[in-house]
Amino acid sequence: MGINHRMSRREFVGAGAAAVTALAFPLPAFAQAAARVVVIGGGFGGASCARALKQIEPKLQVTLVEPNRTFTACPFSNNVIAGLRSLEEQQFGYDKIAAGGVTVVAQAATAVDAKARTVGLADGTSLAYDRLVLSPGVDLRFEALPGYDEAAAAKMPHAWKAGEQTLLLRKQLEAMDDGGLVVIAAPANPFRCPPGPYERACLIAHYLKTKKPRSKLIILDAKDTFSKQRLFQNAWKELYPGMIEWVSLSQGGKVNSVDPATNTLITDFGNHTAQVANVIPPQRAGRIATIAGATDNTGWCAIDPLTFESKSAPNIHVIGDACIAGSMPKSAFSANSQAKACASAVATLIAGRAPEAPKLINTCYSLAAPGYGFSVAGVYQPKNGLFADVEGAGGVSPADVPRDFRAREADYAQSWFATITAEVFG
Amino acid sequence: MRTFCVAIGIATAVAWSSPLLAASIPPPGAAACSGCHAAGAVAASPISRLYGRDAGDIMTAMTGFRDGSLPGTVMTRIAKGFSDDELRAIAAWLAAQK
Repeated sequence: MGINHRMSRREFVGAGAAAVTALAFPLPAFAQAAARVVVIGGGFGGASCARALKQIEPKLQVTLVEPNRTFTACPFSNNVIAGLRSLEEQQFGYDKIAAGGVTVVAQAATAVDAKARTVGLADGTSLAYDRLVLSPGVDLRFEALPGYDEAAAAKMPHAWKAGEQTLLLRKQLEAMDDGGLVVIAAPANPFRCPPGPYERACLIAHYLKTKKPRSKLIILDAKDTFSKQRLFQNAWKELYPGMIEWVSLSQGGKVNSVDPATNTLITDFGNHTAQVANVIPPQRAGRIATIAGATDNTGWCAIDPLTFESKSAPNIHVIGDACIAGSMPKSAFSANSQAKACASAVATLIAGRAPEAPKLINTCYSLAAPGYGFSVAGVYQPKNGLFADVEGAGGVSPADVPRDFRAREADYAQSWFATITAEVFG
Repeated sequence: MRTFCVAIGIATAVAWSSPLLAASIPPPGAAACSGCHAAGAVAASPISRLYGRDAGDIMTAMTGFRDGSLPGTVMTRIAKGFSDDELRAIAAWLAAQK
């Protein structure tokens, strides 16, 4: 026992038992039996990773730390806002994950000691780990938008974390008079779900067209370009002529502050007073990532794309919306794809081997209306320390295709949601 | 003596454990498929299940999507991101899953 490696009593007992076991009966997998992986965050990234770890190596002790007993999924939550779906259809529990051998701890993680390799929980207890996976999603940067805070969000919902906020925006739209103005404030990159604000505009417009056809929707954008832009703009013209106005950054679309008392959004070019204001603020990695020392000055987590290990916090891996994944967008599909590759890398590292370079896929569907869908897809591999697009692959749905192509993609979108939520939670 | 035992324990455990994991690690790209193509049985999905399918059939479909001879929506874009060797490894792994 050198100075450099002090073993805990638990590790000592484990290793001693290994010596006996290995000599008497050389079963191979003892190193994994002792290994503890803690995963923080029970969304598409964390829950997928915990499950995948257990599938790859059942002897791993896998603990999933997630304070909520019910997960509310963001994909398809724009349909809830538009009255096309219930919030309950977005909700999933952790019972099946627990039944598969993952220890689910319904506590908030409040501390990480990267040196001692422990996670502190809200109830004062702690968990020891050999490797930690962080999948904390995003935190909203309320301080980045003057006038906007949690109280303001009760008046001007972000609805960028599915749940009460989703229902609040839905109720506001229902209460709005015909002829009202809806404003969506979209943030600069990077943020969770890049096509999300524009799909939301479509589905709100679908509701307005059906129930309140004299109403208007303005998107105030802090960007000059956005995901699937041509497909969305074509759909706006085709499906909702004259109803949706997009104000880009260079046209003065960036919202500099908000006044919740009057439901006003303030830009350099003027004020917009809305009947319904959906303010999507800038974001950063979930707070536990900063506590763990895994965020950089951007507020996001730099990782080694081979292993998802943090560039600043050893033995801590970061997946999903919180990590800087180069060309990969912050989506549920990306998080799930990263989670499975991260599980392979973590299990391989624990087995004392070098992980193979991963290859990842993302597919994001958006709905412009019921039965009208399109997608963006990408294939990614590590390059210069980030995930880069594999050249020649990926891209968006074609612009000029018959409506049955859009209908098929809308079907595939529904099917994707059913499949991925079954894989992660079912 | 205790220290000695521990050292042997570690060395032995690592030596014996290194070649084996309980389940095979999927080849690069393979694990992402089940985001859309259900690993388990999902009722009435229009998207085909790939686990246990014939590796040659998967290979034929992927090369068809890649060269455009097989029409598709999103697979035509995804297939272009993989070489023959990568596709063969993915197809073999999918075929071996239950």
